[in-house]
Amino acid sequence: MKPYMKDPANAAMKLHYEVAKDDFARAGEASSKIKSVLKQLGIEGGVLRRIAIAAYEAEINLVIHSEGGTVEAFIKPDCIELYIEDKGPGIADIDLAMTQGYSTANPAAREMGFGAGMGLPNMQKVCDDFTIESEPGEGTRIKMVVNY
Amino acid sequence: MHIQDLIEKHGFVKLSGDDTAREIKRVYTCDLLSWVMAKGKSDTAWITVQTHNNILAVASLLDFACIIIPEGIQVPEEVIEKANEQNVILLSTSLEGYEIFKILYEAGVR
Ligand SMILES: Nc1ncnc2c1ncn2[C@@H]1O[C@H](COP(=O)(O)OP(=O)(O)OP(=O)(O)O)[C@@H](O)[C@H]1O
Ligand SMILES: [Mg+2]
Repeated sequence: MKPYMKDPANAAMKLHYEVAKDDFARAGEASSKIKSVLKQLGIEGGVLRRIAIAAYEAEINLVIHSEGGTVEAFIKPDCIELYIEDKGPGIADIDLAMTQGYSTANPAAREMGFGAGMGLPNMQKVCDDFTIESEPGEGTRIKMVVNY
Repeated sequence: MHIQDLIEKHGFVKLSGDDTAREIKRVYTCDLLSWVMAKGKSDTAWITVQTHNNILAVASLLDFACIIIPEGIQVPEEVIEKANEQNVILLSTSLEGYEIFKILYEAGVR
C-alpha cells in the first residue's frame, strides 16, 4: 500500500465537507453532494457509482466510529480522489478492521442497519487505489482513487 | 413494470417523490445498509423495514427507482419531508416481502 499523501496537483476542483460524530440525520449529505457535482460535470455512470459507494461508506464510518472528520474530493483530468481524515480514536488493527464481517458498531447503530462489517471492504473493492493509515489515539486517514 | 402500476393496480401508497412513470427493472430486499450499498443496482425497487433518513441517501446514491416499506410500517413525517426534498419515491404497502416479489415477478421484473 502506498503511503497516505494528499496530492492537490492538477485538481480541477476540490470539494470539502465536515462530518460530525453521531450526526445520523445528516449522514450521507457529503456523499450526495459529491455525487451531484460529478453528475453535473458529466462523469460517467460507473465511476459515479463507485465514488458514491466509497464516499458514503467512509462518511458513515466518520459518523458511527470517529470523533468527526472531513471528506474531500479532488476532481482531476484522469481520476477522482477521495480523502477522509478524522480526529480519532484511530484503528488499532487495520487488517482486522478490513475483514469482512468485523464490526464494533454499537447496538443503536446496528438497529439502523449499520454494522455488517462491510464498509471498508466495499471501499477497497470499488477503488483502483486504496490507502488507509491509522494511529490509535490520533486518527485515521483514507485515500481512495477511482480512475475514469 | 412502472412505479405507477404498483400504485394504481396494487394499492401501494406513494408517500413521497414525483417520477412515478419510472420503470422498475429489479427488486432487492435487505436491511443492512452496507450490504445494500455493495449489491444494489440502478432502477431497483428496494424493500426495507428501515425507515430513517439514511435509506434515502442509499437509494439516491445508487439511483434506485423507489423504496418500498412493507407490512404497513409507519414512516416518520420528517423522513417523508426529506424524501420529497431529495425526490426519492417512498411507497408504503401492507403486503409482506414475498407478496411484493410475486407482484413484481408476475409483471415481468426478473
Ligand atoms: N474512521 C474510523 N475510526 C475508527 N474506527 C473505525 C473507522 N472506520 C472503521 N472503523 C473500525 O473498523 C470496523 C469495520 O468498519 P466497516 O466500515 O468495514 O464496518 P462497520 O462500519 O462496522 O459496518 P458497516 O460498514 O457494514 O455498516 C468498524 O466496526 C470500526 O471498529
Ligand atoms: Mg462502515
